[in-house]
Amino acid sequence: MSTDERARVEGQIEALFASHPPADTPHPEFWGAQFDHGLAWVQFPEGFGGLGVSPRWQADINRRIEEAGGSIRNRFNNVLGVGMGAGTLIAHGSEELQRRFLRPMFTCEEIWCQLFSEPGAGSDLAALSTTAVREGDTWIVNGQKVWNTLAHLAKWGLLVTRTDPDVPKHAGLTYFVVDMEADGVDVRPLYQITGEAEFNEVYFDDVHIPDSMRLGEVGEGWAVSMTTLMNERVAIGGHVAPRGSGAISHAVNAWEQTDKDDAVARDQLLAYWVEAEAMRLTAIRAGEAAKRGTPGPEGSTAKLHWADLNKSITSFAIDLMGAEGMTYPQGYDFSRPDLTANRTEDPHKAFLRARANSIEGGTSEIMKNILGERVLGLPGEPRVDKNVAWRDVPRS
Amino acid sequence: MTTMTISFAETDEQQQLRSMLRDFLAARGTSERVREVMASDTGVDDAAWKELGEYGLLGLTIPEEYGGAGSTFVELALVLEEAGKRLLPVPLLSSAVLGTAALQLAATDEQKQQWLPQVATGGLRLALAHLDQRGRMTSDPGVTARRDGDGWVLEGVAGYVVDGRTADLVVTAATTDDGLVLFAVAGDADGLTRDAIPALDLTRPLATLRYDGVRLGTDALLDGGDPMTALHDAVAAGVVAIACEQVGGAQQVLEMTTAYARERIQFGRKIGSFQAVKHRLAEGLVKLEAARSAALHAARAIAAGDKQEVPVAAAMAKSLCGEVYEAIAADAIQLHGGIGFTWEHDAHLYFKRAKATKLLLGDPHLHRRLLGDVLGL
Repeated sequence: MSTDERARVEGQIEALFASHPPADTPHPEFWGAQFDHGLAWVQFPEGFGGLGVSPRWQADINRRIEEAGGSIRNRFNNVLGVGMGAGTLIAHGSEELQRRFLRPMFTCEEIWCQLFSEPGAGSDLAALSTTAVREGDTWIVNGQKVWNTLAHLAKWGLLVTRTDPDVPKHAGLTYFVVDMEADGVDVRPLYQITGEAEFNEVYFDDVHIPDSMRLGEVGEGWAVSMTTLMNERVAIGGHVAPRGSGAISHAVNAWEQTDKDDAVARDQLLAYWVEAEAMRLTAIRAGEAAKRGTPGPEGSTAKLHWADLNKSITSFAIDLMGAEGMTYPQGYDFSRPDLTANRTEDPHKAFLRARANSIEGGTSEIMKNILGERVLGLPGEPRVDKNVAWRDVPRS
Repeated sequence: MTTMTISFAETDEQQQLRSMLRDFLAARGTSERVREVMASDTGVDDAAWKELGEYGLLGLTIPEEYGGAGSTFVELALVLEEAGKRLLPVPLLSSAVLGTAALQLAATDEQKQQWLPQVATGGLRLALAHLDQRGRMTSDPGVTARRDGDGWVLEGVAGYVVDGRTADLVVTAATTDDGLVLFAVAGDADGLTRDAIPALDLTRPLATLRYDGVRLGTDALLDGGDPMTALHDAVAAGVVAIACEQVGGAQQVLEMTTAYARERIQFGRKIGSFQAVKHRLAEGLVKLEAARSAALHAARAIAAGDKQEVPVAAAMAKSLCGEVYEAIAADAIQLHGGIGFTWEHDAHLYFKRAKATKLLLGDPHLHRRLLGDVLGL
């Protein structure tokens, strides 16, 4: 069966490359053809950007495209759509919505954003309070979302709302696709401690959403949201950065600028070097295990380890600079950086940006709960909001 | 900088080996048995050693032509990891790793024919004496050798020899007028006295060896390879072996503590439900997985014979795994509370093994210094 799949994937790649040489075809046109050949999300059904085969072929396809001089930038430039929205649409969307959205999403003609977190619902996402009230075939949405990457460029948003405040928090949620150009949608930049705005805040003031734009049943928004979050880790090639790159490169560069005579600092630098390299090897190990279909705990520890180590190392790099560590050469320019800001070459910015690593995508405290409960099998905390109507749960 | 040539994945054979070892250790490596051996005169579990020999696990890295299994360091690392989980008190590190590597790298073909087949069965136990009395690894060990007619006479003291009292053959580093050489000295040689060092870790005996005019024939000189290189590479193998053992021990002790946190009730709750406890265990798991990556990588670098990568990978593994094992074992005592501080509980056995192995063959600071030198930092 797997040989069959390989042959089908191989055949489609050859056909695609023959009709649309990756290096010579404009990116959106190539991505459209890639979609039509079923090589966008290879596990999706035929006609919907896939071939209905195992998702593990996708990494090979992406690699082949890059090797042939093509681009897979759409997976980054439209990450909330291609990476997360697509899987959610396939799992919970109507066929009509799937046909309408998937192709222009993949070609990046329509950018997507995710509208989940709120000022009052961060780690406790299910406590969110943006409301959607039904009026016939339309839902009226009011509330505020936050930490919305790409919302200022997006045509569509993945929105989770509260539709029933009288049931426990997880049970009263409903999920929609919202038109970011609709009346009442207000997107504002959210400036971070770096002085840049990678993210937005989005305000909803009586925004109308047709019921046909709902994903999943009314009240099943939590399950749909989980599908979106599970798709967060969809393989985008499985690249592991080379030895010595990333945060540790900042520390090594800073060390090279010193007199290199401080044994304590050298010991610390090397301890970080070792830890960074061990973490990199763990990522390789996790990738191999995932490919074999036997993922172990090494995959679950990666996010937590990376976040905390990145913070420590980027901070240490600033320490090594001495007085220069007090500077911020680029200045706080209140700009909108591109998506790669997390991988900046500027050690001063890297130091500040890293503060978010242990907050975004699950705080380190939550990650430790998850590791403790799901990997180590430890019991959960007693919950005071269980079986209580959302309306009656205390909120700050 | 380097290319990984060996996957982290275990082969079917390696998985079978691991499963066989687990069965063996479940029967042989019990806490009761370890404690019994700890209290014995030699501190070695002779019965377990004999059985390991019968399974063919004591000559894993020895080529088949010398009676070994002709496997790689990856298999040997796996044995050390599993043995480390149970603190099995047998001379694996001293004989199957340090001594074997030294003989393979420095002995003549004739000498290998003479000794290695017996080493592979467990009938001949090796030790490596290369540190001075204070346990320092210097180019000038504590023993000197001078020519005496056709043979040699050894004088001086070698310290911190792992399993030095029970070894049948001690590979001894000695300084001569022409530099460092290696000798194979019989454990019962005239003029050799072997005193046990009162050890922090009772599951791994240490000895001081005094050479008072030990006379050796020419056939005792290991003359089949550069002794300095042999010693260096044997120690690198030992360093990586310890790291693998540390990963096994750290995993076992983390599992022990996690199991306790799932059962122990205070304030009407399983203590593992408290984040103060849960988070510490989760942090232990993060450290353990990083340590495992470093140790596995180093074992594979040795197996692949990657001369450039071994110094990097070995220093990395030894410095990281030592600190991780100590942290997890220390947390085990803390999270067990009072019972963790008792002699009857096993937490202290792991804590002591962790601390001792962290210092054995170079502490983390030393290995980071070596790593910095290799990396040019």
